[in-house]
Amino acid sequence: MREISYLEAVREAMSQEMRKNEDVFLLGEDIGVYGGAFGVTRGMIEEFGPERVRNTPISEAAIAGGAVGAALTGMRPILELQFSDFITIAMDNLVNQAAKLRYMYGGKGKVPMVLRTPAGSGTGAAAQHSQSLEAWVAHIPGLKVVQPSTAYDAKGLLKAAMDDDNPVIFYEHKLLYKTKGYVPEEQYSIPLGKADIKRKGKDVTIVATSIMVHKALEAAEVLEKEGIDIEIVDPRTLVPLDEETIIESVKKTGRVIVVHEAVKRGGFGGEIASVIAESEAFDYLDAPIKRLGGLPIPIPYNPNLEKAAVPQVADIIAAVKETVQFK
Amino acid sequence: MMLSTVKTPPHITNEKLVNLYKEMWLIRYFDEKVDQFFAKGMIHGTTHLCVGQEATAAGAIAALQEIDKITSTHRGHGHCISKGADVNRMMAELFGKETGYCKGKGGSMHIADVDKGNLGANGIVGGGIPLAVGAALTSKMKNQGYVVLCYFGDGASNEGSFHEAINLASIWKLPVVFLCENNQYGMSGSVKEMTNIENIADRAGGYGIPGKVIDGTDMIEIMNTVYDAVENARQGNGPTLLEAKTYRWKGHSKSDAKKYRTREEEEEWRKKDSIKKYKELLIQEGLLTEGKASQLQAEAKQEIEEAVKFAENSPEPSIDSLLEDVYA
Repeated sequence: MREISYLEAVREAMSQEMRKNEDVFLLGEDIGVYGGAFGVTRGMIEEFGPERVRNTPISEAAIAGGAVGAALTGMRPILELQFSDFITIAMDNLVNQAAKLRYMYGGKGKVPMVLRTPAGSGTGAAAQHSQSLEAWVAHIPGLKVVQPSTAYDAKGLLKAAMDDDNPVIFYEHKLLYKTKGYVPEEQYSIPLGKADIKRKGKDVTIVATSIMVHKALEAAEVLEKEGIDIEIVDPRTLVPLDEETIIESVKKTGRVIVVHEAVKRGGFGGEIASVIAESEAFDYLDAPIKRLGGLPIPIPYNPNLEKAAVPQVADIIAAVKETVQFK
Repeated sequence: MMLSTVKTPPHITNEKLVNLYKEMWLIRYFDEKVDQFFAKGMIHGTTHLCVGQEATAAGAIAALQEIDKITSTHRGHGHCISKGADVNRMMAELFGKETGYCKGKGGSMHIADVDKGNLGANGIVGGGIPLAVGAALTSKMKNQGYVVLCYFGDGASNEGSFHEAINLASIWKLPVVFLCENNQYGMSGSVKEMTNIENIADRAGGYGIPGKVIDGTDMIEIMNTVYDAVENARQGNGPTLLEAKTYRWKGHSKSDAKKYRTREEEEEWRKKDSIKKYKELLIQEGLLTEGKASQLQAEAKQEIEEAVKFAENSPEPSIDSLLEDVYA
């Protein structure tokens, strides 16, 4: 079985699609010979040329708005933002334009575009280059939001995102770029709105997104030795959200922890917790729903402080134990 | 073609010149009618009227070919009409009816007719500028031969999107023409108070593209200048920044006491009425008589009356349509 990295999986998904579909092209800052801030597009300008791998000025609003206009008129742009924090500058074009045009126009026109961008802390890049702002866009009707946690998911979900006729915000995690996993060579699509059970278990459900899937898996290994059997549900896409898989898992285990790196206050974990609380799974709960998320602070620079700002394996283990001990 | 005293773009026939006179009245009557309905509380929400700015809609869009596209603004009823929109469906949209361009979901600020090349009005000041650039990128990448005419106002020229998008269009030599309708005010903010330059077109130099100031009340000058810029863009020479000096006769939107400007200033601009000037030109050129002019004006008025009837008699959208079209 072929193993490639998460980063290579993203690149392969784009390259394979671009070989097939002339309408797909890339635009973004330093994505040309430089290969992108994290090297995701390395080699692509050599294969596809500067017309289809468009190196742009540092103009996030124009990149995003330009993508909307191109998508509205028949192209299928993929834009890369160097850091997901910079989405603030592109926000009007995503929130007020891309997300709303079709509805405002009474169903005429469509905006098939993908915005790819690395999120998350752990690189020492501090407060303006380390955020996880996915809840902002998940709040906006008209956008879809994807957060792959593995190389396999990254390739399949990106294919689905490129095939989708709506604007899709595709969050990659910087610390996952180098992680390797099995990825088929051929193209395949993972439907948006289909969660994946990353580990089967019977005692506690952990709903984890992005990098927290891996931290939850590590925690589960430790907890297994203590006789606690963890089930890990990775929603993979926040919009649309596979509520059914989450609810079914909680009905089975009766105990649930929701964990993401984003700041807990106003984070998407609140939405997931509410979905569970409003569902039939509520009657199956043997303990209160627990949420783990980032502290309500900007991401600090010092590595020890940076780690302490977001949930770590030990935090997950502690939360599981509290949940299990709840009578 | 060449009239006896003036030159116009080659595709403009005498018949088209005469039709444009009626089109200008259609725009004016449409917005006068909307104004009345708002005053009477018969339409809800808000609207922005382009009375006084008819020439920048009719003259500029006449310079385009059928395949060309536009992006419009919050003050966009004239652009829509000139790009061939059906006034019945426009009026129905303002009434919030199912037969409206947006099935009653968009209202005044979101009328679009994507298939006809009207990529939409926009409620965000400067919001249409990056979209126009993206649409021009499609034309270039797919070799489709169309040019995008991008409308925006003097207010939008102070938005970041103006700077970012024009720079992008310039470096990529995209087929787009930026047409600033400088109507002197961004809501209450006078252009003199909000910029420190005489002409917004002067900013073209900062992007390495041509810029030109034109009289926004002169149909022929608008038509010719836009035509030249559009054809230059079509030939692959990149964008132009045009600035048409004009004036909105009405307030910014429905509740505007116009305290920020004088009645004398308004009167000065009313004297430069583009419709009146254009009529005089057509009569002088022998293309129009007073009688024919009155007839066309009456026809335009009648069409707007019929649009109102159409809108009034159209059904309300079904509540069941509420969730439709959020996603494709």
